[in-house]
Amino acid sequence: MNRRCNDLLAVLQEPARMSALTLAKWDRLLPQAQAAGLLARLAVLADDLGITGQLPPPVRPHLTAARTLAERQRRAVLWEARKLDEALAASGMPVLLLKGAAYVLGELPPARGRLFADIDILVPKDRLGDAEARLMLAGWHATQHTDYDQRYYRQWMHELPPMTHLRRGSHLDVHHNLLPETARLKTRPEQVIEAAQPLPGYRCLRLPTLEDLVLHSATHLFHEGEWQHGLRDLVDLDALLRWGAARSDWWPALLERARQLNLGHPLALALRYTQRLLATPVPAAVLAEASRASSRLAWALRDALFLRGFATAHADCRLPGTRLAAFVLYVRAHALRMPLRLLLPHLVYKATRGREQAKA
Amino acid sequence: MRLGELALHEVRHRLRTGLALATGPFVFRIESRLPAVAANLHRLYADFPLSEGPFADFHVRVDRVAGPRRWIRPQAQFWLDATQPFKPLPADQAYAMLEWGMNWCISSHAHHYLMLHAAVLERGGRALILPGDPGAGKSTLTAALMLDGWRLLSDELTLMDRDDGLLYGLARPVSLKNASIEVIRAHAPAAVFGDVTRDTHKGTVSHLKPSAESVDRLNEPARPAWIVFPRWQAQAPARLTPHPKAAAFLHLASHAFNYSLLGALGFKLTADLMDACQCWDFEYGHLPEALQRFRVLAAT
Repeated sequence: MNRRCNDLLAVLQEPARMSALTLAKWDRLLPQAQAAGLLARLAVLADDLGITGQLPPPVRPHLTAARTLAERQRRAVLWEARKLDEALAASGMPVLLLKGAAYVLGELPPARGRLFADIDILVPKDRLGDAEARLMLAGWHATQHTDYDQRYYRQWMHELPPMTHLRRGSHLDVHHNLLPETARLKTRPEQVIEAAQPLPGYRCLRLPTLEDLVLHSATHLFHEGEWQHGLRDLVDLDALLRWGAARSDWWPALLERARQLNLGHPLALALRYTQRLLATPVPAAVLAEASRASSRLAWALRDALFLRGFATAHADCRLPGTRLAAFVLYVRAHALRMPLRLLLPHLVYKATRGREQAKA
Repeated sequence: MRLGELALHEVRHRLRTGLALATGPFVFRIESRLPAVAANLHRLYADFPLSEGPFADFHVRVDRVAGPRRWIRPQAQFWLDATQPFKPLPADQAYAMLEWGMNWCISSHAHHYLMLHAAVLERGGRALILPGDPGAGKSTLTAALMLDGWRLLSDELTLMDRDDGLLYGLARPVSLKNASIEVIRAHAPAAVFGDVTRDTHKGTVSHLKPSAESVDRLNEPARPAWIVFPRWQAQAPARLTPHPKAAAFLHLASHAFNYSLLGALGFKLTADLMDACQCWDFEYGHLPEALQRFRVLAAT
């Protein structure tokens, strides 16, 4: 991260620092936080500390506006969850909420002031067809229409083609795994489903355990390559880790669970970068244990890459080489997703198809 | 200091690093290297105060798209900070694009207001809200009312404060389209216009300079008093007829920028607005007659 983004990281680490920022600092911080999708989060953190009234008057309306937007999205997620529960209850299958929706329904700390693009759910793979049919009856339909895109998702990915609700326009991602079918790294989604707890007041919705939410969020962040939300996702992880750390058995349980699910590598990345950028209190022994599998050189290379990935949050944060790093991360995300013999034809197809569509 | 106190070349120079304009509740820091943008701002925003403070609500920029497009069919792009919310437009639409982009900045971010899609003017401390479907003659009427002494708050965005229920103005130039440009020129030959831009997605567009009084009293909120749905009809006599409040509520709510986003607050603010306002339909065929009708309305 560029030094020009130090204030953003500083207030995420210690929100009380917001009350000491000058108006000139806010002039840079507001657009940075807005671009990173973190402005509403700052608003809520300032409210929690009771310091909103001490902030410069020109800043406050922006926080009110961002808080209003986040509150609206929270209401929308609760409504969508209700509708999903109605649509899928009769199937008897467990439906796990992931990421944002899980934080909201589970009343977990990352939900506060969080923005949403879509809702993610996880269902058992052998129930996928049933889930899709029921969702279509309830008004969700697939947005990827070409045969190629359909096949890409159905044969290779860990989710159905993204769905959109006909009337409400809300987006839904239906997963059956945490990682693509074609990824080298294999995990065990059935164990995540088994460990999830029913959500009181809902018939089929379930909440993954806190450990599993951390591991899924880490896997998603470091494998999917959606770096424009990278810092926001890291803030989610920081909030989950701090929440979990209140439990005495938290860190050993998290490491053990990562071993069971074969997700030690994404966890190591998550622990390193939450600690580096957001000062998450990860005990040194835990960090050492998690990072053991890689050499110091490997970590240096990863730092060069991932710190630039997070720096895509806003133009101010860019470091020299950010564009190259973004490209490498894009290729990396694809390479993790599928072997070369599938990836190369896919990228060639997408590149040529894209050109045809631009002409049309 | 007002923008008009700067010479045109000083405006151009300041636009290179950012010129901060105070338009009511929002400070826009504007960057552009395009001479046409400088010239239009200099002409239309002459009475606006420059903001000397270190803070701007929106950092916007409009410039040529780089690359080969600089020479072959040049294009202009709008930036809000580092993001490009729109597709580029032909370069001769740069100034119009800046105005549209500034409206978009407000309508997609300023959720500390209830934002209705309506023009708003004030006389004697009371505000007149003019919602209107495209083609209903809302902008023409807004321009004519402003030239007749009504204070312009906005031709596009009615901002209702969620705490005090008052309406806050921007007093930015009035966007006129197609035939209404000539109608206003004929009606008020002294009116000052920006460049005329042809072939935009809205047709031919030109912006009318806001009256000096509107800009001077920019920071005075107004109390809502009338909601009038205008409809221009050739040769029709000017006529006000009651508009049912329930229908007015539904129209405003469904045309608002953030009614549902505000949830229960959006409902409450719209209901308060209905309680505070008389609601009318207004049909007119001749501007002078229409203006006379509104003078009578303001005197009641």
